[in-house]
Amino acid sequence: MSRPPRNAVQLPSGGRTVAPPGTEAIALPRGESVADKKTSLFQLLLKDRFATVAAVVLVLVGLTAVFGPTLMGDLSTRQDLGATNRPPFSFSDGWAFILGSDSLGRSMLARLVVATQTTLSVALPAVAISLVLGSLWGVWAGYHRGWRETVSMRIADVIMSFPSLLLAVVILYVFSPSAANIVLILAVTRIPIYLRTARAESAELQSRTFVDAARTFGTKPNAIIRRHVIPVVLPTLLTLATIEFCYVMLAESSLSFLGIGIQPPDVSWGLMVAQGRQYLQTAWWLSFFPGLAIMVTTVAANVLAAWLRIATDPAQRWRLTLPRKRLLVRLPVKEVL
Amino acid sequence: MSDTTATVPHLPVPLLDVRDLTKNFHVPGRGNNVLCALDKINLHVGRGETLGLVGESGCGKSTLARTLLMLERPDEGTIRFEGTDPFALTGKELLAWRRRVQMVFQDPFASLNARMTAGEIISEPWATHTTLYPSKKERAARLRELLEIVGLRPSDAGKSPQEFSGGQRQRIGIARALALNPDVIVLDEPVSALDLSVQAQVLNLLNDLQQRLGVAYIFISHDLSVVRHVADRVAVMYLGRIIETGTTEQVFDRPRHPYTAALMSASPHLDVSNSTPRKRIVLEGEMPSPLDPPSGCRFRTRCWKAQDICATDAPPAAASTDEPLHVAECHFPLMPETAVQLLAPAARSNDSDPRLHTITDLGAPC
Amino acid sequence: MRTATVSVPRASMIDDDVVLTVTGLNVDLRTPKGVLRAVNDVSFEALSGRTLALLGESGCGKSMTAKAVAGLLDPVADVTGGTVVLGGTDLAALTPKERLAYAGPELGIVFQDALTALNPVYTVGTQLGEAFRIHEGLSAKAAKVKAIELMRRVGIPEPESRVDSFPHQFSGGMRQRILIAMAVALNPRLLIADEPTTALDVTVQAQIMKLLRDLRTESHMAVVLITHDLALVAEEADTVAVMYAGNVVETGPVKEVFGTPHHPYTRGLLDSVPADVGRGQDLTSIAGSPPELHRIPDGCVYQSRCPLVQDICRAIRPTLEPDGAGRAVACHFSEELDNV
Repeated sequence: MSRPPRNAVQLPSGGRTVAPPGTEAIALPRGESVADKKTSLFQLLLKDRFATVAAVVLVLVGLTAVFGPTLMGDLSTRQDLGATNRPPFSFSDGWAFILGSDSLGRSMLARLVVATQTTLSVALPAVAISLVLGSLWGVWAGYHRGWRETVSMRIADVIMSFPSLLLAVVILYVFSPSAANIVLILAVTRIPIYLRTARAESAELQSRTFVDAARTFGTKPNAIIRRHVIPVVLPTLLTLATIEFCYVMLAESSLSFLGIGIQPPDVSWGLMVAQGRQYLQTAWWLSFFPGLAIMVTTVAANVLAAWLRIATDPAQRWRLTLPRKRLLVRLPVKEVL
Repeated sequence: MSDTTATVPHLPVPLLDVRDLTKNFHVPGRGNNVLCALDKINLHVGRGETLGLVGESGCGKSTLARTLLMLERPDEGTIRFEGTDPFALTGKELLAWRRRVQMVFQDPFASLNARMTAGEIISEPWATHTTLYPSKKERAARLRELLEIVGLRPSDAGKSPQEFSGGQRQRIGIARALALNPDVIVLDEPVSALDLSVQAQVLNLLNDLQQRLGVAYIFISHDLSVVRHVADRVAVMYLGRIIETGTTEQVFDRPRHPYTAALMSASPHLDVSNSTPRKRIVLEGEMPSPLDPPSGCRFRTRCWKAQDICATDAPPAAASTDEPLHVAECHFPLMPETAVQLLAPAARSNDSDPRLHTITDLGAPC
Repeated sequence: MRTATVSVPRASMIDDDVVLTVTGLNVDLRTPKGVLRAVNDVSFEALSGRTLALLGESGCGKSMTAKAVAGLLDPVADVTGGTVVLGGTDLAALTPKERLAYAGPELGIVFQDALTALNPVYTVGTQLGEAFRIHEGLSAKAAKVKAIELMRRVGIPEPESRVDSFPHQFSGGMRQRILIAMAVALNPRLLIADEPTTALDVTVQAQIMKLLRDLRTESHMAVVLITHDLALVAEEADTVAVMYAGNVVETGPVKEVFGTPHHPYTRGLLDSVPADVGRGQDLTSIAGSPPELHRIPDGCVYQSRCPLVQDICRAIRPTLEPDGAGRAVACHFSEELDNV
């Protein structure tokens, strides 16, 4: 076999192969070109109609919570016993009563706006505290494995096995049902949710090759956790946090319903739903609008979280650059032998 | 074995010396739950040389690599790096040792964090070894230099791993391993995930780097043609033991252990010039489970030369009489002429079916 | 006797009937970047008792070609041209249902990853017997007997006791044997082996290739071997089709193609193999990497990496020109290759 050697240039060119041997399948774009990558998160967001709507809703809710109560002034507490339970969508009483009035004749709209602030100021810190504590604990336990993992998981089991609402009732009866106490109790009872998820993901990640690589440089565990584990786990945990956001709002409304949550004259969405329940037959709007607010906010948060998880994952990001239509239309399934 | 190496003057001074390295894993479950991954491994690597480590999956070669990198702690035995045992080091000294031995991983996709850019990946070691390149300017200059050494463009530093091909990713992995100016790089199947034409580029790069930087390689691979091309010396592993070592020519051309001969014979050859069919040893069965290794010689269950003694006594490592560095663990090592005959293309045979030839016709126990 | 020396038969003495004829096969992919041609104008023949190798690097379209022949393409891929004639019937013209009934028994396929190709929740006996239950209408009991027979045929020890085991209880080599058994259960005329030994060790690879050879000889099958391993092609195949970026660039008998390659890509691949090159010397590598599907140039597909490239290569894509002696090459300058 005489093959004279050929002079070949051995510098790499800019070309790229598609996949290593064996993974040859459909050549969907793995490496995006530079231009694609530079599209900012914001531009990517605008491409997804659902995520854009969700983001707009959340921004509106946030603005309402911050500026709404000041704009409403005392409208939310002004009673008018002559105009109780007025139905919504009647323009005769001015814009303040567009959503009707409650059993004391207060403007539903104003109360909803004020409740936004109370609701968020309970739910957001509760979710944030349990997210941070639970995640860090879980990531640490999962990374180190061994006794740290075992002890952490048993503690999580103990918290989980205790009926959290009962715990809240006991504690809030003993201490005063202040907003801070509600936040604290809701945060503590939800820590295991993050702990378990973070531990599972972290335990899987710590066996990955790029973590091994970092260990061979002598990188300290905390630095590895910060650099390699948390950025990968974070999107999953954030998605979880949005689901938890809904749970916490509902839990707060249950506590409020039992009279140990938000105390009147303060008002939250959950409390409004609870207060409106006895009028469901006669004045459905008392419960319906705060309920709708809870639902719209949570759905928007979920949609945005789902989008965010894909958008921040470099391996999944290209999906969002697809034209919307292609995702919705089911491609015909080819014949299978 | 070690005595022999010490008396041979032309050998490079061992940089890394591994003695009786043993590693067991405890597998949860019933019965005998000790998995013997490494069993009294002896090997040494000299400055600037390449040791090829050959074996099939499950033979313990990856565990050996991980132990050399201190990712696993051995149960017994010692690792000496220029005379010091890295497992006895702590703090700053340990960190300094970490710099000397680095690794390139098999999978160029899994070994790079997809959320970092190529530049961040290559400079990651300096976040721990802060004194190596203290100023930002030095790091930037060194990063550019490393990219250039492995054949990437400076502009590639800002790209994420997804934008590179497999071969280019492996170049990033190599640049990361070089970032700390190591003396030894453990290459765990560095080209097995790459296409042939790209594999040649990476092998050339590794060869070039060794000549320029004088770094020693421990080159782990299952691809014999690749090992033959890169290695100065070869160690063959089977079921947690090194069963044969020697120079590349010795091991490839005159294997003494039957397993080595079978391995050489089993791997297909590209040579199409020969018109007669090649004789081939096809081993039966598969490697026994390392949870329950055979008594005596580990290869005896698949060996065509196995006798009673192979089941009772583990064969000692013995050097060949005329090649003192060619060591095999076998009671009945192959004679050089037998080995050559086994691996050579068969002469035209008059038999109707040449496949009916059995190995014992060629090499009776000695 | 535990071990036997066998020789590798390069050619068998069995009739050379044409089993499969693929003509002008095109496969298009619908991707975010538009419709891309993954397999372009691919033609080949597979003869009974012979092995045809489709050789190429990852992404060259060799697996896609095999899947198109077997009708196993992903939903985003479409056959947009060409004919696939198996045993006298054009598969492309059949409806999916007809195809299933006809091609099921006629065509077997073996995949690379035996663990994912087998269903983890059914015993291997159930999965092996499935073909008999569907195509021959056998009872579960009779199918199990057939399954044991098959396991014995592909060399699985103690088939009676192992027939009720699950896939994960077998080693990689044994799983591959089970997959081969499933593929040959109905004595197909054509066996497609898609990287059958890539995930296996060399000593097990030797066993599996021996099994495939024996089965081929026994039942006069045509084998299409898809691989990236040149040495495997050199030892196992009779003819080879070298693919690059979706196109066949060179075909012919293995011995001739590897002995005197006529396409610069074939030559480059052969030169990249680290054999015969001394230690410390550089291998002759091919610069760059294959083009991505959406960047395949108009002219010759190999132009960006070719040492012989001229203006005509950038303008006109060379077609596969038969030389009349069983070989064909798609290159404007194949005659000049020997002078480089």
